[in-house]
Amino acid sequence: METALKTENLHKTFKLGFIPKKKAVLKGISFSVIPGEIFGYLGPNGAGKTTTLKCVTGLIFPDKGNIDIFGRPHLSLEAKEKIGFLPENPYFYDYLTAREFLRFCSQLFPKKTKIKSPRILELLSLVGLKEVADLPLRKFSKGMLQRAGFAQALIHDPEMVILDEPLGGLDPIGRKELRDIIVRLKEEGKTVLLSSHILQDIEMICDRVAIILNGEIINQGSLQDLISQKVLFTEIVLSGVEPQELTAFGEPLSTFGGRTLLKIFEEDKIDNVLRLIHSREAKVHSLVPRTETLEDLFVGIVKNT
Amino acid sequence: MKIKAIALNTFKEAIRDRVLYLLLFFAAVCIIFSRLLALLTVGDRVKIIKDVGLSSLSFFGALMAIIIGTQLVYKEIDKKTVFSLLSKPIHRFQFLLGKFLGLVLTLFIMMVLMSVIFLVLVFFHTFTLEWNLLAAIYFIFIEYLLVTAVAVLFSCFSTPILSSIFSLSFYLIGHLSWGLETLINKMSPGLGKTLFRILYHFLPDLQNFNFKTEIVHHIPVPAKLYIFSTVYGLFYTFFILTLAVWIFRRRDFI
Repeated sequence: METALKTENLHKTFKLGFIPKKKAVLKGISFSVIPGEIFGYLGPNGAGKTTTLKCVTGLIFPDKGNIDIFGRPHLSLEAKEKIGFLPENPYFYDYLTAREFLRFCSQLFPKKTKIKSPRILELLSLVGLKEVADLPLRKFSKGMLQRAGFAQALIHDPEMVILDEPLGGLDPIGRKELRDIIVRLKEEGKTVLLSSHILQDIEMICDRVAIILNGEIINQGSLQDLISQKVLFTEIVLSGVEPQELTAFGEPLSTFGGRTLLKIFEEDKIDNVLRLIHSREAKVHSLVPRTETLEDLFVGIVKNT
Repeated sequence: MKIKAIALNTFKEAIRDRVLYLLLFFAAVCIIFSRLLALLTVGDRVKIIKDVGLSSLSFFGALMAIIIGTQLVYKEIDKKTVFSLLSKPIHRFQFLLGKFLGLVLTLFIMMVLMSVIFLVLVFFHTFTLEWNLLAAIYFIFIEYLLVTAVAVLFSCFSTPILSSIFSLSFYLIGHLSWGLETLINKMSPGLGKTLFRILYHFLPDLQNFNFKTEIVHHIPVPAKLYIFSTVYGLFYTFFILTLAVWIFRRRDFI
């Protein structure tokens, strides 16, 4: 099977401090990204996410291991032509305007790639920077820089986009907009590899994930495989029944404005509580079964290691 | 194409640096100051103007090369602009060469501006355009190339302050290494003399680019010497740049 990205047994050690002390940051990272999918690379701060992505993009040389991008060695120009990279907290030449910056980026590709001015305009409007295209980047906010970074990663219409914490530093609207762009990229047949520690983002858009902790991949696979579909508990919001009467069915968590939030762990007790509510002519406001989330899985893994 | 894009971007960055204009201003002041110095001197006033003018051109150009050159690569790494650039399909040597050529272009334009001020000043005293001064300026420019390469080399692995100290030391040692030759000639044969001779051959000799006295005093210089100095300068610059590329290609951008 062809892979968009294949990393095998990556190791990297840094020497840190005045008297250099070795610190192993990557301890045998192996994962594959399939063409056309959104792959989430998940881990807490300092786990080795950025180091892995820098190894893939040729900014850091791994001590050991192998990286292939669409079947080519990752340091070859052919491989680099196929990827677009957005670094974490991007910072660009602040004396250039957004338009000048994208034009400069377009000149770093071979002539055959043919990046024309309309592409720059198209990208600026895609990331919502069309109105400020001629403003120097030094006047940009963090969120605007992130958008400019997104545009430069897409300038040559790459087959795979590598995004390091792409939604960090953005407001909720900005996050939604960029999330939509990522999903649209997938619909266009692009491959997306994104790292994040914001689990909600990954859960909403990723097809498969890998979880990295202390330089090692702890778990990887599709979200359906990793997260149990079993109902963990059910939350019912109801009114018209006293909380004391509900303790036999589950755990009444809170009461506010006459409404009680009840958490039920056993499925057969749901029917019992619904019967009680009907008999009292009380009211059910909501009933939500809670399955395992990525957060539950992640917290569980971190706790166990 | 890629090198050209990086070079032009570096040029854009350098000309927006205020330090450059400050140095240009001081260079202009020094060149004009030579007129005042000439008034106070007994003897050939024009020669004083030429001598001080050319020295100002040499010193301030080298200072521009050092101050901007030492920040050139370091700033890219420090501000992380290098991340998005080097992940694009460019070789690291293309990036470094682009940065170097961008600064060389900046220095060339600064040198043209300083030379125009200088030549106009000389013209007002002699009422002739002394084209032979261009030969001295040409070698000052070759020296700029070398100093820029050294600044870029240090910038690849060190902070701007340390790099400036190293590059300035290189410049000063380069201009004083001829003193070592005098010392060697006066020493009796032995281990000391051999060691100093090795050191003398290893250290740069920037006096190879100093034709100020000969040109100002109209002393004929054999063409062979001009060719030697040009080849020496270009070869040394190439060697330093190769070293810089060797270091830059191996480093991790954490």
